[in-house]
Amino acid sequence: MAELLLEARGIEVTYGNRRKGGVKVLHGVDLHLARGETIGIVGESGSGKTTLGRALLRLVDVSAGEIRFGRQVITHLDDRAMRPLRRRMQMIFQDPMASLNPRHSIRQILGDPLLFHGLARNAADAEERIRRMLDRVGLAAVVLGRNPHELSGGQRQRVGIARAALLEPEFVLADEIVSGLDVSTQAQVLNLLKGLSRDLGLSMAFISHDLSVIRAVCDRVVVMRNGRVEEEGDCASVFAAPQSAYTRLLLDAIPLPEVDDTWLKEPAPA
Amino acid sequence: MMTPLLSISGLSAISLRERGAPILRDVSLSLARGEVRGLVGESGAGKSTIAKALLGILPGTVKVTAGEIRFEGRDLLTMPQKDFRAIMGSDIALIPQDPQTALNPGRRIEAQLTDGLRLRRGMDAKNARERALSLLAEVHIRDPERVLKAYPHELSGGMRQRIMIASAFSLEPKLVVADEPTTALDVTVQKQILRLIRGMQEAHGTAVIFVTHDLGVVAKICDTVTLLYGGKVIEAGPTAAVLSHPRHAYTRALIAAGPRYDRPDAGLEPVPQAVFDQLQAELAMPFSSEMNHG
Repeated sequence: MAELLLEARGIEVTYGNRRKGGVKVLHGVDLHLARGETIGIVGESGSGKTTLGRALLRLVDVSAGEIRFGRQVITHLDDRAMRPLRRRMQMIFQDPMASLNPRHSIRQILGDPLLFHGLARNAADAEERIRRMLDRVGLAAVVLGRNPHELSGGQRQRVGIARAALLEPEFVLADEIVSGLDVSTQAQVLNLLKGLSRDLGLSMAFISHDLSVIRAVCDRVVVMRNGRVEEEGDCASVFAAPQSAYTRLLLDAIPLPEVDDTWLKEPAPA
Repeated sequence: MMTPLLSISGLSAISLRERGAPILRDVSLSLARGEVRGLVGESGAGKSTIAKALLGILPGTVKVTAGEIRFEGRDLLTMPQKDFRAIMGSDIALIPQDPQTALNPGRRIEAQLTDGLRLRRGMDAKNARERALSLLAEVHIRDPERVLKAYPHELSGGMRQRIMIASAFSLEPKLVVADEPTTALDVTVQKQILRLIRGMQEAHGTAVIFVTHDLGVVAKICDTVTLLYGGKVIEAGPTAAVLSHPRHAYTRALIAAGPRYDRPDAGLEPVPQAVFDQLQAELAMPFSSEMNHG
């Protein structure tokens, strides 16, 4: 069995005023991720998938449970103690337009973190690493002088991927990163991400509402519903024979591009 | 042959903001009564522009340069404003992508659902309310009395979309334009909404233009489909024919690019550069090269 990189046990997250009860959005979630493994986290809106991702990165506080990263328990580390870990756990966001600083050039967006985390010795070293990575993600060097709004959605998402990968992380959280993209662009971005995670030996948590996308990129899948894990297992077995009726329901609701007059007549999902 | 309900011919439009760049290139399509036609394509394909031109809501930055949109034989683009307004909302209705912005946040559902019935069908408040209740029942809203009293923010996204469907069908239109009506919804809710639109369409014999980027959705709800790229019709015909025997390389590539949960080995094939090159060459051609399944 491969070495465990990330592990969550019984984590709970409550939003709002805890003295007034708050709203509990995660009700004791277990999750484990081995080195080099890609796990899919799927669920409908309100299932808690995004909150789970943020809790794993310690971007929201958990009210119960434990999170381990490598050998370290990180559940309640303060910001200072988390800082050395931040480079090792990166995030790619759904909307790169909102996550990339609009006033910074792509050169700054990619170069500043390299210098900040001391991965590049100087500006020239940073530039060299950036150019190699741009080539890897299929972007021309001319984008370096541009600002995010001058790029297409697919190009911006490549910048987001490059920014994360440049920091040589061990864990990457990707939250709905292809949901705003056209299907032809989506295929390119997903193939790129698969290749990168294989080449760099990344562990990845891939959050999506789209089970077809999860099937294409993940080794294992966690199906979330109302803040709980509904089903978990290898993609091959979960997709071939889902154990949970809810997983079955989600699969049956996906319209495949084949004419099938019975599909719309099936009983409505509850 | 019967005259089609809707017949778009040679429709071309340009963007005034981007130095006259073409947005629609000689688009033709027709729709019979009771037919559901998918308008499908990636961003920039022109599918929404066609819908907006039809509804008379093109932004000021887009200008139609040629063509006509005939509804029951009369050109919507050139008819007097007064006649156009009489048709819009009454004979042609819209199901929008985002019911959140289409509904007035400050008015109860009852007011919004009965406006058309009172102002355009001359019903009194009591009759309009009763019609609204039966419409809500028809879109499977369980507690219609409560929903009539509700404000939009008190309802879920799926509920709001049901209300938009009830509203679109309320004046018994001949044509409903559905503009990506399920894009923002969860898959299980999407399936309910698709079923509902199909059910209402069949019950009322309404024709539907269904704008979507999702070939899966097209496969499940559309009788016919028109695939666009760069403002040009690439392939058109009965849905089964286009999806099972695509004639254009782009259609085949789009089908192969979508991942599918039942076939992990298939899908995720990027559209080859050669296909984009072919598309660019075709866009530059003055004559039509569309693949038509008849």
